[in-house]
Amino acid sequence: MARITLDHIRHAYNEKARAAGDYALKEVHHEWEDGGAYALLGPSGCGKTTLLNIISGLLRPSEGRIAFDGADVTDLSTEERNIAQVFQFPVVYDTMTVYDNLAFPLRNRQVPEAEVDRRVRDILEMTDLSGMATRRARGLTADQKQKISLGRGLVRADVNAILFDEPLTVIDPHMKWVLRSQLKRLHRQSGFTMVYVTHDQTEALTFADKVVVMYDGQIVQIGTPAELFETPRHTFVGYFIGSPGMNVMPASIDGATASVGGQTIALSAAPRLPAAGRIELGIRPEFVKLERGGLPVQVEKVEDIGRHKIVRARFAGQKLAIVVPEEEEIPAEAGIRFDPSAIGVFADSWRVGMGA
Amino acid sequence: MEKTWNNKAWFMVLPVLVLVAFSAVIPLMTVVNYSVQDTFGNNEFFWAGTQWFEEILSSDRFWDALGRNLLFSGIILAIEIPLGIFIALKMPKAGLGVPICLVTMALPLLVPWNVVGTIWQVFGRSDIGLLGYAANAIGLDYNYVNDPFDAWVTVIVMDVWHWTSLVVLLCYASLVSIPDAYYQAARIDGASRLAIFRFIQLPKMKRVLLIAFLLRFMDSFMIYTEPFVVTGGGPGNSTTFLSIDLVKMALGQFDLGPAAAMSLIYFLIILLLSWVFYTVMTSHDAEA
Repeated sequence: MARITLDHIRHAYNEKARAAGDYALKEVHHEWEDGGAYALLGPSGCGKTTLLNIISGLLRPSEGRIAFDGADVTDLSTEERNIAQVFQFPVVYDTMTVYDNLAFPLRNRQVPEAEVDRRVRDILEMTDLSGMATRRARGLTADQKQKISLGRGLVRADVNAILFDEPLTVIDPHMKWVLRSQLKRLHRQSGFTMVYVTHDQTEALTFADKVVVMYDGQIVQIGTPAELFETPRHTFVGYFIGSPGMNVMPASIDGATASVGGQTIALSAAPRLPAAGRIELGIRPEFVKLERGGLPVQVEKVEDIGRHKIVRARFAGQKLAIVVPEEEEIPAEAGIRFDPSAIGVFADSWRVGMGA
Repeated sequence: MEKTWNNKAWFMVLPVLVLVAFSAVIPLMTVVNYSVQDTFGNNEFFWAGTQWFEEILSSDRFWDALGRNLLFSGIILAIEIPLGIFIALKMPKAGLGVPICLVTMALPLLVPWNVVGTIWQVFGRSDIGLLGYAANAIGLDYNYVNDPFDAWVTVIVMDVWHWTSLVVLLCYASLVSIPDAYYQAARIDGASRLAIFRFIQLPKMKRVLLIAFLLRFMDSFMIYTEPFVVTGGGPGNSTTFLSIDLVKMALGQFDLGPAAAMSLIYFLIILLLSWVFYTVMTSHDAEA
């Protein structure tokens, strides 16, 4: 259990990349609270796993320091940092039984056998593996193996943090849901600092108190699921969180009105724009209202996904997604209205403040 | 689903059957034929029954040679397998060192067997050989021509030099196929170096080690060329292995019957031992 301080961390995988300024992880400077449940969310190759490995000590950052509870651990090994980590693909010790696999991290640390037994039985219970404790790990299915990997990460009682690197990728959907709730419960009970890497927004939003969205080697926003949804700081966050993602349209701004391809849209207030930059409007499909009158729009396609309908339309030459409640009709001569309070203004992809 | 029987398919395997018949089955049968007959030349053969088999199995010469074979295979396996694993573990996993090590390792395997023998025969000579001369210069009384112990040392060191690479290459191939995540997980689980070897590396190498073990056993049990070139089976009979003895009997003395009987016994021993090793070593897999 520890507060994790990332002090100006940067990482390049080799000297050549570093000299060229090609960092896999660009400047990360943050403090993560003790006992927090964080999800690192982002597309493949955005540096999530790199950051995770830097925290666990499998990688040493090219620049910057990392501290647990204020104590510098940058030069400490994974073992000395006392970290547990679960990997994307199952790692099991083939020749050992399921029980011995789970006991392995404890026995390596000379935990008394009675305590080992108690912890292992807890984990067997939690992962629903009790029935096969004495089986050899070799013959198990991929998701049973992954449960063992997960169990080995959770079995130690004294870790500083538990890190998960997309641990549920190989688990079937139902079990995924069960395990995720188990992890959540375990987090509440134990108060471990947990960091969970995923590219699945549902997984991130259900697991974490704070979601850390990463894009192109940097953290673009840290926030609660609601914050990410309502006020994305970066167009990427808007696009990545939510389904479908936020509509982003190039625009020009004059005072408290914006215009997109000749159409004028009212804003809640005049945004504080920087001197120069590419201006975009962002609005979530949930806050675009389809109605008679309003701004002209061409409906191209309607996807009925059960709970609601997604209308794919074209507005002023731009693609626009609109979420329409299931029971509502789609009017033939449709127009749209934007909810002014839900419109975000972005300059060079970053959100700008509203009002004077 | 009904299985389709297509008898024409058998014709497809016919060429292989013919090839195997000419290359293995028919020669083997001629040996069987010789083993139950006696000849005094002139291509005249007389029925001898199991006489040669009884003679071979009751001769000290055969049992001594068999004992030497078993001792030789035992010693080289005990050296080459652990040494091969050790070198494979120490080899670099990335960088320029990889091709350098691999090529260095592969070199002994590329040398023809009789050349290996010649190299060591010269290398070990105490008058002009680097090894022999150096050993004598530092006060070791080394002479593989006169001393049976020295002859054994030479033959064993030669085999280790020649074949450890095979074990190394096989082990190395399976070691590099272990994903990094295993080592990372082991570090996180606080596993010691020994535990990593015991629980990750050894289980992954098990299959190739079985192959390496069988290959090295069969090959060392049939060893002929190198000791024949270096020691010629001497001094005395101290390095006369079954194969060397067999050639002496068949071509030196032209005792076709006993030689054929001995070949068959020799063949059956190798077959039996290989089967025993394979069964014992794979039985572990089945129970899991």
